[in-house]
Amino acid sequence: MTAKTLYDKIWDAHLISEDADGTSLLYIDRHLVHEVTSPQAFEGLRAAGRKVHAPDKTIAVPDHNVPTTLDRVDGIVKNEESRIQLEALDKNAKDFGVHYYPVDDVRQGVVHIIGPEQGWTLPGMTIVCGDSHTATHGAFGSLAHGIGTSEVEHVLATQTLIQAKSKNMKVEITGKLPAGVTAKDITMTVIGLTGTAGGTGYVIEYCGEAIRDLSMEGRMTVCNMAIEGGARAGLIAPDEKTFEYVKGRPHAPKGGMWELAMENWKSLFTDEDAHFDKVLTIKGEDIAPAVTWGTSPEDVLPITGVVPSPEDFEGGKVDAVKRSLEYMGLTSGMKLTDIQIDTVFVGSCTNGRIEDFRAVADIVKGKKIKEGMRAIVVPGSGLVRAQAEEEGIAQILIDAGFEWRLAGCSMCLAMNPDKLEAGERCAATTNRNFEGRQGRGGRTHLVSPAMAAAAALTGHLTDVRDL
Amino acid sequence: MDKFNKVTGVAAPMPLINIDTDMIIPKLFLKTIKRSGLGKNLFDEMRYNEDGSEISDFVLNQPAYRNAEIIVAGDNFGCGSSREHAPWALLDFGIRVVISTSFADIFFNNCFKNGILPIILPQEDVDKLMDDAGRGANAVVTVDLENQVITGPDGGKIEFTVDAFKKHCLLNGLDDIGLTMQKSDAIDAFEKQYGAATPWV
Repeated sequence: MTAKTLYDKIWDAHLISEDADGTSLLYIDRHLVHEVTSPQAFEGLRAAGRKVHAPDKTIAVPDHNVPTTLDRVDGIVKNEESRIQLEALDKNAKDFGVHYYPVDDVRQGVVHIIGPEQGWTLPGMTIVCGDSHTATHGAFGSLAHGIGTSEVEHVLATQTLIQAKSKNMKVEITGKLPAGVTAKDITMTVIGLTGTAGGTGYVIEYCGEAIRDLSMEGRMTVCNMAIEGGARAGLIAPDEKTFEYVKGRPHAPKGGMWELAMENWKSLFTDEDAHFDKVLTIKGEDIAPAVTWGTSPEDVLPITGVVPSPEDFEGGKVDAVKRSLEYMGLTSGMKLTDIQIDTVFVGSCTNGRIEDFRAVADIVKGKKIKEGMRAIVVPGSGLVRAQAEEEGIAQILIDAGFEWRLAGCSMCLAMNPDKLEAGERCAATTNRNFEGRQGRGGRTHLVSPAMAAAAALTGHLTDVRDL
Repeated sequence: MDKFNKVTGVAAPMPLINIDTDMIIPKLFLKTIKRSGLGKNLFDEMRYNEDGSEISDFVLNQPAYRNAEIIVAGDNFGCGSSREHAPWALLDFGIRVVISTSFADIFFNNCFKNGILPIILPQEDVDKLMDDAGRGANAVVTVDLENQVITGPDGGKIEFTVDAFKKHCLLNGLDDIGLTMQKSDAIDAFEKQYGAATPWV
């Protein structure tokens, strides 16, 4: 028998048919739906008189547009277009009979946070969503990736997706991480090395001791940003930590069904001699707290570095860096730790889980954020919010001067009232530092939650290890 | 979806690398529940000042390129989000072909679903077409999908490759869903066998 990668195994288990040219039809186990990329798909179904093929495997939740301020409980969505989009999801979810977590449900949250939280995300599955950060679910050893709205409609109608198989890439992080270095620093460091197109055409499997040592929350952070490296998906083989996390979740299998599932899940690993088309190995001890300086997620440096110069690069990157530095208002050669910050955002599908807020609370406990700093913490779900309140984390953050919000995508993409004004500069635990991503003219530095907390205290990008 | 066979039009040069989906269509325009009407906001923040006036040196604002149907772009065009609003905005503006050395995966797929042909070429061919595109209104390029060949303004020809299934769908304006539904027996059979083997799914 040919040795297979984890990706090969999941692919084969879901392959319905394959044409001579490699065009394949894959079965989809879970389809997650949010309000921004689905209205046109549901409209397409209506126009063609089609039904949702598997409403039981389809889960809808509003997240991108929802306000996160506390007055949301009064049903206030001031932006008319946002309200229309939210109402459309509400109607579509009800008309087509899919699982649905409305805005006022405590289980509502960012789609990639609530999938795992509710036990919809299970090892070995195929999971899609009209959202590029679907890669997050790969942390469970499931093949998960973003799709466009036409494909959303295709999956709604058929529970399948037309695909061509990607190549296999292995990213191994060996050894232990130094103190102060987190999952976010791993995933950013990898993108810094591969570039944003380095993973194009590949599915990445992350492995190695440093990955094994991560919690499930950390593994989700790593896989979440696989897409920023261009990969179709990121995967981590499930282990005892995975099973422990999944067990007892509302939609996880129970009793005899759990035993049956476990038997299957224990085969979800890459065979010893399996072939990878590309391999990247990084020593865990070489990774430092990472920060982006430019407007592409590949513009990553250790916090100890200095802002680069366009001449440090080649080809098209030279002009791109010139443009980035101008947009970011930075000068080549300045120390990254000298970059002043006026806004801190902690949240998103990258870093909106309980562990992320614990990390912030550990650093700011008993302290105050820099005067004049706007610091916002947005939990990834209503349940994360409740847990953080129960653990006393929320109070620590509030006492330090952070705003404590309701769940949503918030300032990760500025589709809701939370955004940067032109020229504002934010240390953000999110995933994209594109021009205008957090608001037109806004400047984003991607960091880990611990690094965001450090910047909130000092008012500038700060090496968390120095605190 | 409109059939795609041959496009002859002005090619606009956008040599910047990593042109991302937030540049192509910023998030505030994702609030629509329709597919149409996004062309006026294509490249919004690069194309307009905050007061809505045009930024005159942006390529698609220049007289020669206002009716461009082809974009020749730097590496890794369309990186970032899965938003199909990006190809919808391109199409609504009138763009039918994007040529680059590489594209982001999801954007690449989304183009084919909307009658846009993304073409991957080696660096030297992209450089040549980028030069051609720099000739303004004289930068008329023909893209022939059937024969998989691009003809430049000076008559030079560049061949390109395209996935056979995607080509077939574009040439015939085929809807994927209809094609997949023809396989409903195979899907049903798979669901039965797979459901029995993995009842927890």
